[in-house]
Amino acid sequence: MIGVLQFPGSCDERDAVAACERVGEARLVWHEETDLSGIDAIVVPGGFSYGDYLRAGAIARFSPAMEAVASFAAEGGPVLGICNGFQVLCEAGLLPGALLPNQGLRFICRQVDLVAESTDSLFTRGLEPGARLSVPIKHMSGRYFASDDQLDEIEANGQVAFRYAPGENPNGSVRDVAGVTNPAGNVLGLMPHPEHAVDPLTGSDDGLALFTAMASAPAPASA
Amino acid sequence: MKAKVLIRPKQGILDPQGKAVERALPALGFEGVSEVRVGRLVELETDDPTQLDALCEKLLANPLIEDFEIVLDDESASNGSGK
Repeated sequence: MIGVLQFPGSCDERDAVAACERVGEARLVWHEETDLSGIDAIVVPGGFSYGDYLRAGAIARFSPAMEAVASFAAEGGPVLGICNGFQVLCEAGLLPGALLPNQGLRFICRQVDLVAESTDSLFTRGLEPGARLSVPIKHMSGRYFASDDQLDEIEANGQVAFRYAPGENPNGSVRDVAGVTNPAGNVLGLMPHPEHAVDPLTGSDDGLALFTAMASAPAPASA
Repeated sequence: MKAKVLIRPKQGILDPQGKAVERALPALGFEGVSEVRVGRLVELETDDPTQLDALCEKLLANPLIEDFEIVLDDESASNGSGK
């Protein structure tokens, strides 16, 4: 069973559930829930959790469900953060770096090409390094930032899962980074929306590979 | 006690909001303004000013991307301990 978090202000949770249901069973997890028993993987979806007050993801990080997700992640459970979910995971310290307002200060909504880089994570195992994925973005604060030292470290660790294809960086992200994992590879966050790219009807089904890989992830040792 | 917390984008981090403001000024006839940076001001009242540092690090600012400065309104108290 895949759990999709739902905060007040989430808006992509239903598409995320629909994407997960293509590869298994899924249900919504309300932000006040703390019991994740029976959940094999977690999606932190996009939207504007708690109104994105203060900074995107800053308040959601303290929700009861996120405390449970932090424990779940520490035990090796797969956690996928998309867009606002990526912002929440960075604010929670589960992923390195932070997301800043887009360089151009505009909300951007369009299809972009991603290049898969590290294919060691629980979500990118099904991809060839260098594979291109066409996935939509729709965000206001998607400019990935980490210090040069931190970037060197996450690159050396193979934690960069996706970069925007050359010349496509839409928001000013440092080193074109579009998605990163934690060192263990069981937590992935990315600004583009794989859950909106699971059916050729909407232009691309390149995002489905992430959900397929997540659904077949081995159970955490201590679960 | 009343306090103000000033939160700024860290030095070296591009602040497109500041740039946009800076570029708008000459159009209004204000010349010679540069290095505009836009941050946030949080006003609050607290019974325990000693917790302000931790509160800023944990919630009000993201130390990866923002610096903060705490200004206590009570003149007799020591001035902002922020970084």
